[in-house]
Amino acid sequence: MLRSDPIKVKEILKHYKYEQSSLIHILQDIQVEYRYLPKETMLFVARELKIPLSRIYSVANFYNAFSLKPKGKHLISVCLGTACHVRGGKRIAEEVERTLNVKSGETTPDLEFTLETVNCLGACALGPVVVVDGHYYGQMTSLKMKKLLSSSKGGRGNGKNEKDNKS
Amino acid sequence: MKKITNPENLEILRNSLIKQENPSMTCISVCLGTGCQASGSKDIIESLKQEIEKQKLSEKIKIKSTGCHGFCERGPIVVIRPRGIFYQKVKPEDIAEIINRTILKGEIIDSLLYVEPSTGKKVIYEHEVPFYKKQNRIIFGSNGSIDPTNIEDYIRIEGYSALSRTILKMSPEEIIEEVKRSGLRGRGGGGFPTGVKWESCRNAHGEPKYILCNADEGDPGAFMDRSLLEGNPHSILEGMIIGAYAIGSNEGYIYVRMEYPLAVERLKIAIAQAEEYGLLGKNILGLGFDFTIKINRGAGAFVCGEETALILSIEGKRGDPRQRPPYPAQKGLFGKPTNINNVETWANVPLIINRGAEWYSKIGTAESKGTKIFSLVGKINNTGLIEVPMGMTLREIIYDIGGGIPGGKKFKAVQTGGPSGGCIPEEFIDLPVDYDELTKVGSMMGSGGMIVMDENTCMVDIAKYFLTFLADESCGKCVPCREGVFRMLEIVTDITEGKGKEEDIPLLEELSKTIVDTSLCALGGTAPNPVISTIKYFRSEYEAHIKEKRCPAGVCKALICYEILADKCTGCGACLKVCPQEAISGEKKKVHTITQEKCIKCGICMDTCRFEAIEVK
Ligand SMILES: Cc1cc2nc3c(=O)[nH]c(=O)nc-3n(C[C@H](O)[C@H](O)[C@H](O)COP(=O)(O)O)c2cc1C
Ligand code: FES
Repeated sequence: MLRSDPIKVKEILKHYKYEQSSLIHILQDIQVEYRYLPKETMLFVARELKIPLSRIYSVANFYNAFSLKPKGKHLISVCLGTACHVRGGKRIAEEVERTLNVKSGETTPDLEFTLETVNCLGACALGPVVVVDGHYYGQMTSLKMKKLLSSSKGGRGNGKNEKDNKS
Repeated sequence: MKKITNPENLEILRNSLIKQENPSMTCISVCLGTGCQASGSKDIIESLKQEIEKQKLSEKIKIKSTGCHGFCERGPIVVIRPRGIFYQKVKPEDIAEIINRTILKGEIIDSLLYVEPSTGKKVIYEHEVPFYKKQNRIIFGSNGSIDPTNIEDYIRIEGYSALSRTILKMSPEEIIEEVKRSGLRGRGGGGFPTGVKWESCRNAHGEPKYILCNADEGDPGAFMDRSLLEGNPHSILEGMIIGAYAIGSNEGYIYVRMEYPLAVERLKIAIAQAEEYGLLGKNILGLGFDFTIKINRGAGAFVCGEETALILSIEGKRGDPRQRPPYPAQKGLFGKPTNINNVETWANVPLIINRGAEWYSKIGTAESKGTKIFSLVGKINNTGLIEVPMGMTLREIIYDIGGGIPGGKKFKAVQTGGPSGGCIPEEFIDLPVDYDELTKVGSMMGSGGMIVMDENTCMVDIAKYFLTFLADESCGKCVPCREGVFRMLEIVTDITEGKGKEEDIPLLEELSKTIVDTSLCALGGTAPNPVISTIKYFRSEYEAHIKEKRCPAGVCKALICYEILADKCTGCGACLKVCPQEAISGEKKKVHTITQEKCIKCGICMDTCRFEAIEVK
């Protein structure tokens, strides 16, 4: 597991000039750095910004972007926006849940994959949509998802499968 | 680039940009919107560059990467100008042929043309594509022809002329009057008159004043703001600067939802360029007005689209909405007067100034002026973003522009207004779409999502879908929303699982009324709408679930089963191989069967079958 490094966090704080109103930006950058918000970084930020830890915790808890547990190396986001829902997005999410044996929001024990379901990725015309490590895959079916997962497991989601996804 | 220090120099620059452009030069524009990128348009640009390099044609051909054209489903989209040839679903392998045949010999490549689903007719030119024909793309239209990362493209097409005109020739009061006369109403959902809002903030006591752009676009199924942010960011910036001048503010923020990284990137570029050109920052165009814009990224909370929650989020706090009044115009960001408008609202402003309120107010209906961008998605042939005058009927939108329902299925309903809206049934297909008409039938405009549903969409499932969404996104501050929506979800879930009771429908209606009446903010206040409207128009579907334990649309898992049709099954064995439960059995070349006890209803067999031999019962 990654250990947090106070120098990194200090840099982030400095970048935002230690402004209390930048708390969300700061936590966002920490989240990107460590893929979660380690407890000691939250304690550190609380001390440095002179904000009660309880407030930092409540902000971290409120926003979906923040995770208090480490996230996996690969992030799979399955869209469950309305457009994707009516075209069967839920079945795609269930396929991932079954194959990786995790529920939405969970990470595989080997910290390889995190599954997220999201409310609309803004690519509704291509629904159902799945994003793996920043690559968009449109017009998904359970079957295509199955194939994509097995290719991601071997290498990583490298966008190569996009080509089969075009009808 | 040196800063532009007066309005005349802006005109000089514009004229020289127009002169530089050779209208007869071949320009290949490739869409780099999120949709087309997802279908591989970056590879298209790469291949184009290589091919043009290889054939030494760079003097003769220009490549332009543009924002979203709206027709995302057909991406990647390539338009060859000046002829306006429209190629769709282009692959990198097609590039050499496009250069050799279309560019060098003027031939049309048949296989890349768009085929009208209803008639089978091939369409060659962009303006002839039926999807675009009935639209009136005054806000969204430039997306397909400008490069959003190049401010000069925007300046060439009248960009920032409204800004220089307003500061130079109009008083703040005159600008507000013009916006009021245009009839522009907020595009973020509520439809509040924009000019009135500006006036109230201008008149409010307190300094400094803030200008906010709501780019949180939380309604699932809506992505018009995204396409404007990505495809024409300067139009939004220009609108904000004009608003700031009219209201008397020197500081603005754009709050962008976290799912839109490309929008943030494009905005950053646009802000930097506008500053470099002297159109943003200190002493804009040398006219003594200062305005800066900062970007805030959201952190994934739907309720932060609500204005009071959004303001708290910019302050670095939890986004719990608060009671209004005081409205943000009086007490907003950091407790100061604040004017907040939606992305599309801001993008309308330069147009109103350039063409005048008179011209603008001629478009639309009596109470809803101008155009609206909708995302036409779901069970529809032509999916994508459309811009139409207010008052166009649902029928024109769904059938003439959208090309009807795929697979010869029957239209059932269209959902508008996101989680605050409702489902509009077929009997209202001739309804003119504007703020007030949509409200009358129990839905609302929202930010412009239009999700089309066909006979295979279960309306009880849709109600459950929105309740799940809202129960998840409720901030928890007020009881009616936190507890009430959750209870409604439990009841509707029971119905979809065949555990519904007859008294559930009146109970849902009663709960809805209480939640609407007593919630703190509009999230709770409108949360029951999807349930109310589906009960109102599709009561028989609820009854089928409750009384007959049957899901007529074949969606609710607990009430359906998959079956193999003996007359269609060829015994190919494809389904048997993919079934994760080993629930399918059968010998090769003989009809297969599903063991219902093992089946988990994942539907993979149906996806796999090439003979349409698997059916939901
Ligand atoms: C739960 C909730 C979510 C909202 N989400 C958005 C949104 O995503 N985008 C938006 O522009 N307005 C949203 N609004 C409306 C804003 O509160 C506000 O009215 C709007 O930004 C004002 O801009 P306008 O007058 O230009 O429409 C939301 C309102 C509520 C109650
Ligand atoms: S609903 Fe899935 S991308 Fe919009």
